[in-house]
Amino acid sequence: MTTQIFHDSDADRSHQMKWWVSRTAIYAVLILWAFLCLFPIYWTATTSFKLAADVMKGAMVPWVDYTPAWKGWESLGLSPATIGQESTVRAEFLKRFWNSAAVALSASALAVALGSLAAYGLTRFSYRFLWLKNDDILFFFLSQLILPPVVLALPFLVLYKELALLDTRIGLILLYTLTVLPIVIWIMKDQFSTIPTELEEAALVDGLSIWGAFLTIILPIALPGMVAAFILSLVLTWNEYFFAALLTSTHANTIPVMVASQTGSQGISWWSMAALSFAAILPLIVIGIGLERYIIKGMAAGAVK
Amino acid sequence: MSGDQIHIVTSDNISPGRRRLGTALIWGSAALMLAIFVAQWTQQRGWHDFGFATWRPTLYAYCFWAVCLCLAQILREGEKGKRTLFVLPAALFVVSLTVFPLLFGLVIALSDWNLSSPDGRKFNGVANIVQMWHDPFFWNALGNMVWYVLAIAVEYAIAFGLALILAGQIRARKFFRIAFLLPLMLSPVAVSWMIGKSILENRFGPLARLARNLGWSDPSFFGSPWMAKTTIMVLDAWTYIPFMMIMLLAGLQAIPKDLTEASRVDGATGWKSFWEITFPLMLPVSITAIMIRIIFKLKLADIVINITAGGPGGATDTVTSFIFREYRERSNVGYGTLLAMVYLVVIVILMTVLMKVSARWTKPRL
Repeated sequence: MTTQIFHDSDADRSHQMKWWVSRTAIYAVLILWAFLCLFPIYWTATTSFKLAADVMKGAMVPWVDYTPAWKGWESLGLSPATIGQESTVRAEFLKRFWNSAAVALSASALAVALGSLAAYGLTRFSYRFLWLKNDDILFFFLSQLILPPVVLALPFLVLYKELALLDTRIGLILLYTLTVLPIVIWIMKDQFSTIPTELEEAALVDGLSIWGAFLTIILPIALPGMVAAFILSLVLTWNEYFFAALLTSTHANTIPVMVASQTGSQGISWWSMAALSFAAILPLIVIGIGLERYIIKGMAAGAVK
Repeated sequence: MSGDQIHIVTSDNISPGRRRLGTALIWGSAALMLAIFVAQWTQQRGWHDFGFATWRPTLYAYCFWAVCLCLAQILREGEKGKRTLFVLPAALFVVSLTVFPLLFGLVIALSDWNLSSPDGRKFNGVANIVQMWHDPFFWNALGNMVWYVLAIAVEYAIAFGLALILAGQIRARKFFRIAFLLPLMLSPVAVSWMIGKSILENRFGPLARLARNLGWSDPSFFGSPWMAKTTIMVLDAWTYIPFMMIMLLAGLQAIPKDLTEASRVDGATGWKSFWEITFPLMLPVSITAIMIRIIFKLKLADIVINITAGGPGGATDTVTSFIFREYRERSNVGYGTLLAMVYLVVIVILMTVLMKVSARWTKPRL
C-alpha cells in the first residue's frame, strides 16, 4: 500500500475546481444552444412521419413513441407507395422546386458575375465619373443594401405589369440579382484586395491584356471568394419570400410561396405541412453542412479589415 | 487602399474615325430607344395604334442601348474603356433597377391608385401624406420597429457569448459551428410554420406542452400583444444570431494572440481581460455586425406575414408587413408606395446618423 506523498495545495485544488465548473458551464451552454438550433429541424423531420393521433399525443421519438408512417410524404406524392404513380401534388411541388432552383441559381450566378467584375475594377483601377470617385461608386453599390424591398416592390409590380414580366422567372431573377449584388461586391472587394498586384503586373509585362490577366490569372485565385459569395446569394435567394409573393401568381411561384399558401389555409394537416417545410429546407441544410466553410468565409469577409 | 491599385500608362492611338463610330453607336441606339418610346407613348395616349401589346419593345431598345454604350467605351477610349467595362455593367444594372423604379415610385406615391378600381391612376398631391399622418396603424408599425431594433442588443449579447465560447478551446468545434449556423440557412417561411405554427401551437405543440407541465395553464404565445411581440423577436433572433455570431467569431480570431497573452502575463483575468482588451478591440467588428443586423431587421416581414399577419391588434406589425397587407387586401398601390417611400427616408436618415455616431466612437481616443 503506497501513500500519496505529494498533495495538491488548496489553491491548486480550488483552481482545478474552477476549471471543471467553467468547462461544464461552457459545454452546457453549447449543448443547450445546439439543441435549440437543431430541435425545430428534428421536430419538422419527425412530424412529417406522424399520423393525426401521434401529433395529438405529442409523440417525440420515432419507433419509441410512435411508428413512423409515410402519410405526410404521401400527400406530396413523394412516399415509396406513390412515387411511381401520377400525382398532381408532386408535379406542383416539383414545378415550384424547379422554379426556386432556377431563379436562385441564375440570380446568384448573374450577381457573382456582375459583382466580381465591379469589385475587381473598383479595387484595381481608379475611376472618375462626373464627381464620383471609386469610394463613392462603391458606396453607391453597397448602399443598395439598406433599400428595403417594400420600396421597390410596388413600383416593380406596376412596371412588370406593363412589361409583361409579372409572374415570370426572368422578372424574379433580375430583382434577386439586385438584392444580393451589394453583398457579392462586399465579399469580392475583400477577396481581390488580398491578391497582390504584382501578379497582374507580371502578366501585363508578359503581354496579356488587362481582361486576359483578370480572366486567366486573377479569377482562379479569387475562386474561393466567388464560391462563398455564390453560396451566400443562393441561401438568400432560395429563401426569399416577399418579392415572390407579390410578383408571382401561378407560373413562377417559388417554394416559399407554396409553403406560405399552405399555411394560410385552415385545417391543413400537420404531417403534410411538415413534409413540405422539410422538403423546402432540406437543400439548404445539405448546403449548410457541406459548404459551411464557404458560408462562414463569406460572412466573415469585411468583418476584419 | 491605393496599394491595391495597378497604375498603367497606355498610349492609345485612337483614330478620329473610330471615336466618331463609338459616339455614333451611343447616340444612334439612344435615338432608336427614344423613337420606340415615343411610338409606344403615342399609342398609350391613344393617338395612333402601332400594335404594341406591352412595353417590352422599349425594354429591348433600352437593353440594346446599354450594350452599345458598353461597346462604345472600347471604341472611344481604348484601354481606358476596357477598364471602364469592369464597373459599367453592374452600374447600369443597378441604376436601371433602382433609380427608375424609385423615380416611378415617387410618381405613384403622390397618386390615388387602386389597382382593383377601374379608374386608373389619378394624381392627388399630398393627400396620401395627410392620410398617412392620420393613420394610427402606420405609426404603430413604425413604433413596433423601434422595439424590434432594440431587441438587437440582446441578440448581440448572446451572439458575442457564443462567439467567445466557439473561439475558445472546445471539442467538436466543427459540429457546434454547423449546428449554430443552420438556423440562418432555413427559409423564414418554413421557419414560421416549423416554429410559429407547430412548435408554439397552443394545443399540441411541444413547447406549449412543456409550458403546461411547468404550470402555465393556458400557454398562448401570440395571445397578448407583448407576448406576441416577444415571440416574434425571439423567432427572428433565432434566425439571425448565427449571422452576428460568425462575424464576431471572425473578429475574435483576428485578434493577435500576443495581445491576450500579454494581458494575462500582466495579471488580467476573465472579466477584466474581456472588458479591457477583447471588447475594445472588437468594437469595430461589433459595430459592423450590428449595423448590418439593423439593416436586415428593418426588412423584417416574412415571419410576421406568415405567423400573425400583424396581429393581435397590430402588436407585431412591421412597416413592411403593414404595406404588404395594404396592397394584398386593398390593392392600394398609391398609398402603399408613399408609406414605403417615407420608410425609406426614415431609414436613410437613421443609418446616416448611426454611421456618423459610430465613426466617432471607433475613432481612437487620444
